[in-house]
Amino acid sequence: ARALTPQTAETDAIRFLVGTQSLRYDNQIHIIDFDDENNIINKNVLLHQVGEIWHISASPADKGVLATCYNKTSDSKVMTCAAVWRMPKELESGSHESPDDSSSNTQTLELLCHLDNTTHGNMACVMWEPMGDGKKIISLADNNILLWDLQESSAKAVLSSSAALEGKGQLKFTSGRWSPHHNCTQIATANDTTVRGWDTRSMRQIYCIENAHGQLVRDLDFNPNKQYYLASCGDDCKVKFWDTRNVTEPVKTLEEHSHWVWNVRYNHSHDQLILTGSSDSRVILSNMVSISSEPFGHMVDDDELSDQEDQHQEEKYELSWPLQDSVIATYEEHEDSVYAVEWSSADPWLFASLSYDGRLVINRVPRALKYHILL
Amino acid sequence: MAEVEAVGTGTGGSPGTGTATGTGTGWRRPHGPLQRYYGPPAAEAAEAVPDPADINGPHFDPEVFLTKVRSECPLGQLLAREAALGREIRALDSDMQTLLYENYNKFISATDTIRKMKVDFRHMEAEMDDLAANMAAISTSSARVSAALQDRHRRSAQLAGVQALLRKLQSLVEVPGRLRRWTAPGADPVRALHCYARARAVLRHYRHLPSFRAIEDESHAIMADLAQRLRARLRDDTLEPKELTECVEMLLQLEEPPEELCEEFLSHAGARLETELAALEAELPPADPSGTAATPPPASDILDFVDRGSSAFVGNLCLLAASYRSLFEGRPGVGDGCLEAFAATLTTRYFELLERRLALERGLGDTSLLVRALDRFHRRLRALLELLPAAGAEAGAALVARAARERVARYLRALQTFFLGCLGDVRQALAAPRPPSKEGPGLPDLLATLASSVLGQLKAVLAYVQLFTAKDVAFASLPYFKGEFCVEAVREGLVVAFVRWLCRTAQGFADSPAERGAPAAPPALLLLLARLCLDYEATTISYILTLTDEQFPPEDTGPVVTPGPALCAEARGAAQRLLDHYVQVQGAAVAQMLRKSVETRDWLGTVEPRNVRAVMKRVVEDITAIDVQVGQLFEEGVRRAQSSDSSRRAFSVYSSSRAPGRYAPSYTPSAPMDTHLLSNIQKLFSERIDIFSPVEFNKVSVLTGIIKISLKTLLECVRLRTLGRFGLQQVQVDGYYLQLYLWRFAADERVVQGLLDEVAASAAHRCLDPVPMEHSVVELICERG
Repeated sequence: ARALTPQTAETDAIRFLVGTQSLRYDNQIHIIDFDDENNIINKNVLLHQVGEIWHISASPADKGVLATCYNKTSDSKVMTCAAVWRMPKELESGSHESPDDSSSNTQTLELLCHLDNTTHGNMACVMWEPMGDGKKIISLADNNILLWDLQESSAKAVLSSSAALEGKGQLKFTSGRWSPHHNCTQIATANDTTVRGWDTRSMRQIYCIENAHGQLVRDLDFNPNKQYYLASCGDDCKVKFWDTRNVTEPVKTLEEHSHWVWNVRYNHSHDQLILTGSSDSRVILSNMVSISSEPFGHMVDDDELSDQEDQHQEEKYELSWPLQDSVIATYEEHEDSVYAVEWSSADPWLFASLSYDGRLVINRVPRALKYHILL
Repeated sequence: MAEVEAVGTGTGGSPGTGTATGTGTGWRRPHGPLQRYYGPPAAEAAEAVPDPADINGPHFDPEVFLTKVRSECPLGQLLAREAALGREIRALDSDMQTLLYENYNKFISATDTIRKMKVDFRHMEAEMDDLAANMAAISTSSARVSAALQDRHRRSAQLAGVQALLRKLQSLVEVPGRLRRWTAPGADPVRALHCYARARAVLRHYRHLPSFRAIEDESHAIMADLAQRLRARLRDDTLEPKELTECVEMLLQLEEPPEELCEEFLSHAGARLETELAALEAELPPADPSGTAATPPPASDILDFVDRGSSAFVGNLCLLAASYRSLFEGRPGVGDGCLEAFAATLTTRYFELLERRLALERGLGDTSLLVRALDRFHRRLRALLELLPAAGAEAGAALVARAARERVARYLRALQTFFLGCLGDVRQALAAPRPPSKEGPGLPDLLATLASSVLGQLKAVLAYVQLFTAKDVAFASLPYFKGEFCVEAVREGLVVAFVRWLCRTAQGFADSPAERGAPAAPPALLLLLARLCLDYEATTISYILTLTDEQFPPEDTGPVVTPGPALCAEARGAAQRLLDHYVQVQGAAVAQMLRKSVETRDWLGTVEPRNVRAVMKRVVEDITAIDVQVGQLFEEGVRRAQSSDSSRRAFSVYSSSRAPGRYAPSYTPSAPMDTHLLSNIQKLFSERIDIFSPVEFNKVSVLTGIIKISLKTLLECVRLRTLGRFGLQQVQVDGYYLQLYLWRFAADERVVQGLLDEVAASAAHRCLDPVPMEHSVVELICERG
């Protein structure tokens, strides 16, 4: 399984959506609920019969709406399509059915609309407008960027604009991210070793990082708090951080993985926390204090402390210094390549990772670090 | 002795038996009684009780004796005594007579002599009176003569005095004339000065006399005129230093104020030295603050320049200082201060000029020439310093040290350029298209050439630099050159810096992001550099350091030096980095090939495999080539033990591993996760494989790294595709082919096998219709291919 997304619109419960990949059986979307207090995982299964899921994304506005990219196989031909779906009402907010029931009454997704790609090629991914009302999505199909308007309560998708990447050879987008900054008018895409930025209003390229990685760029993410900062990862085992105003040199490079890095994600609220997943079966949580939006070497304001708290203050001081850019933790629970990592949308200290063999692991940021960041 | 005798006789009884205390006194015996008789010692008389009975004693009383004898002695004895006495008396009488006879003549002659003397004395008295009278007469006549001559003598003495005075006066009168003559231009002013100096005191003494006054005034006027002219001459620029000195000396004798003269002297000499400096400066190209304009090469070499500078400028300065000393030494109001300040400013300017000239020595030129030039400069400077201790000793030494440092730094740059040039050559040799028939120079040859030429160059440079510390060079004995220069400039600044730089440069090839536009270094170069760094770590660094320490012995108390092991560690780090990079580059190249081949193929619509795909053959070929390449430079390395028929056995594992039902028909729909479970369990027992992990310095490890990268890529790419039945079979064939040919390269064939197993499993998983090919067919195809 490769497809994983947090239920973006959900802010109370910790919920992830996982899409399965199977050629010979009906594919499913698993809704994973994690009960933080009792440490219990609940699973609801939705059938997704049209094909194996390569990419999944949830609407930021409507809990019940999600989009998938799936493979449709028809005689000796594989086509990747995309569609917007609605899940049954009772599952939207995670009704707590007992696990043994779930296998019996697998429910089916309700198809809202297809994103028609017959003329554009294989869909690589679908992005929802972050902060938006769930009406705009962008999909990447081969070398095209397609901006869709969902109308009639998502029942109809109208292609509002598109752009194509022209160039030598067969250009193909591998992934993309929609920037939450600039009023959601920018996206970034990756094809081969290049990262490009686009303006969604004019559908023009605004910047281009040639040879961002030595080999294929696998994923991108925007810093949620610093508008020009972008993280990318790729087949050269590196994670690079860019300032899009100066694309000649990366701001920072991490080389912790020993194989391709498939996924990179900024924490939604504490952007020094970087999560990466790689096909060396590891998930690495890094602390990039030096390029985060939080002040470097965070200090406690003296005025707020009375004298008797001096000792306390010293302790904090000691704590704040060792916080350099560093790897916080390496998670080695997976036995196979990790293809997706995601932070929970509800709890900023929680994240999930998914590996090829279908294992989903939910982890927390180490408690000491969490308190350190919070205090 | 007399006393002893007296005691002896006192105790004895008779004179005949007088005791003789020693043989030495025997000769006195005959005189003994006489002596005692004539001169009895007072001491004996005082202490001895007068014995009237002692016949030989002075208090002999015949009555007492007789009485005593008569009363004491018997008759016989008395008779004997009487006879003895009679005998004795007779003997004495005869003795007396003999003496009398013997001395009679003497008495008579003595009487005669006395009588004669009486007569002579009377005669002499008269003659003496005569003599006295004569003498008196002589003295009176002499007094008369001298009285007569006295007057004349006085007059002649007066006359002589007058004459001397007159002569003096005449010379005084002649002074102005002589002065005029001697001070005339072209004449001998020195004599005039002597003359004047002699006359001056007298003139000053008698100046109250009008005539002398006139003379004095006149000579004063002349001398003032002379002084005037001398001053005028002093201001003349063409004056030789020697003349200048004379001039000033004369002026000093004329009692001109020394401060003023000193000033003038210095300014004149300064002007001369300035012109010399200007002449030196004229040889230098104009100072170019920007430093961008290319300056033409200097007309003369540095040795010539320094030679001229030192002979002209420093020599004159020495001369000047010496004459200044002799002129103004001990004169009030003229301290050494002005001279030192004066000399300091001039030497500073000279140093500046020399500095600029040294800066022109951009190229490496001839170091021995430079060393000789610096040496000469230093020697001359030392001569100057002996005269003027404050004329910038440190500045001079610092200048030399700076020049030496500068030269060392330049050597470092030259070494670096040389190394880069060598690297360029190597690159060219690597890149040069080779005719297939002729083998180009092999990597080991290239490596040997590179290493030996770099080492040779380094040695040559060390030899050059050693000139700076040669024994016959004067400044080599400076403490700087003994200690600091050896350690800081040469060892740290040259050798260590070069090795560091070499490591850094080599590492730069690995670190510089090749994807960022710069032309990537060819992999063979990476390999070569890795080996070079490794060699440096193993032997070369310690060799170089030992060599350096031998040639430039460091002082024990010197600054801390970089230890050899630290450098070795750096070199090793660079080598490791390069080799890792080599593995990554080569691995990426192979991986790229595999990825493209998997991505571009239509795996669903493919036909039944008849052959191994060409790309796989290409992969095997490439890896074999890499194997050869690495084998040229690195050792074989250790392989895990393997059984003799490894390919057979590997295959059996391969086939059996899928037998339990990975893509067998027994694959049950009800348990889609079972396969994963199975593979997971299997993985639990196998080691995790780090794909891009550091490699060891041997061939097997390098190749294992490359193969791991390639196969992992294949795995990930296959997972992204959807395969048809024949697609799966093709993957199966390819995998078997790879296994057949790659196991021999890897350190642990299980790694290859495990990865290929995963490829097969993933392919089966991604297959719509997983029907594997018969294994015998697979074998057949592979063996045929």
